[in-house]
Amino acid sequence: MQLTDFFTDYTLRTITLGTAILGAICGMLGSFAVLRKQSLLGDAISHAALPGIALAFLITGIKDANVILIGALISGLVGTFWIKGIIKRTRLKSDTALGLILSLFFGFGMLLLTFIQKMPNANQAGLDKYLFGQAATLVEEDVWMMAVVTGVSLLVLLLFWKELKLLLFDADYTKTLGFNTRFLDILITTFIVLAIVLGLQTVGVVLMSAMLLAPAAAARQWTNSLGIMIILASIFGAFSGVFGTAISASQNNLSTGPVIVLVAAAFVIVSFIFSPGRGLLFREIRFRRNRRELHLKKTLTFMYHIAKNHENVSHPHTIRILNNFQGFTRKTLTKLEEKQFIQIQGSDWAMTEKGYVEAESIFNQIGKDND
Amino acid sequence: MNNSLPAIQIDDLTVAYDYKPVLWDIDLVIPEGVLMAIVGPNGAGKSTLIKAILGIIKPIAGTVQVFGEPYKKQVDKVAYVPQKGSVDWDFPTTALDVVMMGTYGSLGWIKRPGQKEKKASLEALEKVGMLEFKSRQISQLSGGQQQRIFLARALVQNAEIYLMDEPFQGVDATTEKAIINILKELRQAGKTLIVVHHDLQTVPEYFDWVTFLNVKGIASGPVKDIFNDDNLTKTYGINYKVAVNN
Repeated sequence: MQLTDFFTDYTLRTITLGTAILGAICGMLGSFAVLRKQSLLGDAISHAALPGIALAFLITGIKDANVILIGALISGLVGTFWIKGIIKRTRLKSDTALGLILSLFFGFGMLLLTFIQKMPNANQAGLDKYLFGQAATLVEEDVWMMAVVTGVSLLVLLLFWKELKLLLFDADYTKTLGFNTRFLDILITTFIVLAIVLGLQTVGVVLMSAMLLAPAAAARQWTNSLGIMIILASIFGAFSGVFGTAISASQNNLSTGPVIVLVAAAFVIVSFIFSPGRGLLFREIRFRRNRRELHLKKTLTFMYHIAKNHENVSHPHTIRILNNFQGFTRKTLTKLEEKQFIQIQGSDWAMTEKGYVEAESIFNQIGKDND
Repeated sequence: MNNSLPAIQIDDLTVAYDYKPVLWDIDLVIPEGVLMAIVGPNGAGKSTLIKAILGIIKPIAGTVQVFGEPYKKQVDKVAYVPQKGSVDWDFPTTALDVVMMGTYGSLGWIKRPGQKEKKASLEALEKVGMLEFKSRQISQLSGGQQQRIFLARALVQNAEIYLMDEPFQGVDATTEKAIINILKELRQAGKTLIVVHHDLQTVPEYFDWVTFLNVKGIASGPVKDIFNDDNLTKTYGINYKVAVNN
């Protein structure tokens, strides 16, 4: 495959555009799911959509993508609000409710699928593609549909930005200000269900929740602003779609959905390691630097206590005297000497004037912090 | 405000999660302009009472009236300071942004906060001594600072009644003094303050009104009249002195 194929090959262009839009809407709405601590809801919704797909086919007898989408949407919504109902009305915790509905609906969906496969009807083949997704079946119509839903959800997001942000941060408080939190909840949940259902054809029931969560989780690492997080998540999602499609198109027999999910996962891994504020790498570097600095400070103040009992602060002391204090190492002493806080002569150290002033200020500073 | 009406009137309020009643048949009249503590042991239903007043929790029976009307019609007159632990402080937003949320109610649906709301929020931040932290990510604030942010958010609501759920929990002595001074200022301005409070020793110093609660309402009135051993024993049982000393 050539790079130019992307722009000339109609099918490839359609698929790339479709997966990009799908990634964007999933990133956008996934941010809400992640921040509401409903990460697993996406998984439950996508699995809950399966019986809807099968029933839509059984009832209408045709394998029209739109009909199947509506079936998936209805069954996804039923599953979602069932979960919410269980959490609200019983003593079951949300993870139990999610797991229960997920497996119940998925099991029922699989049952229907096997039933359909045994039907004497040539038409039934291909419904199982919704399990793992098949991006190749995307047509221009599907892409338009995704674009419209993305546009509408963007509009709703902008319109109710203030209310949704409030709901995410503090739902009870939102209620006390007079906002209808039920309406807001249904609004955002419905759009999440919509995004998931739209992705089923491409990514499939099993992997869909990763599309929702991965871009959002990655984006959270880079920013402390909700707006930027949502924009970043959309960008990460869109790029996952584009890269995933490109990789799978350049290698034969690589299924697009899983590759997209893996690319999204790569975004997560890179973000968790390399993001400057929250990333593991920089956190470890900061941690070590702090610890080294504390070692230096502690050693220096210890020396200060010894030195201040002498008239001449630069009176030499043997290094061994530091032994009953655990924090010092050869390296700290060299570092201190480099900074001209101490002088080392043979097995003796002596505090310099500069070191004494520094130690005094550290000592006073720490005393103040503890007040 | 209409002087003939109490700030809050509660009649026959009963609230239950599952089978066990958390609040049982509460009758309570809170006059306008008091600085009131709600005291009672753990599980007495103090937070629940506040949430029931605010309509966050639906009662099984009974009514709550705010200046003679249901809460729903008076949302703009009531401000709420939830427990600090009720939200996720790792949420991606700044201190100023959280305080601005206090203006959302008066803005109503869809309308965005503008310069006027921002100015009010900055003033509230200054009042609680947090102006220099306005752009700080909220997870980087200390517990006491987070509590002040919540207080500032309630202040911008510019309400008549303030309901606060343990505003002194986990704050140091300096912050506690700063908060109580603001509360006293609000009372001076004629506002009504209802505070869930745990430290019985500071009740006479901080508050002028007190409600004893232990699932049922034990007593409610001026601190100088009813804050006594008798009511403490009725509320906390015989071991109330242990409670006081903790």
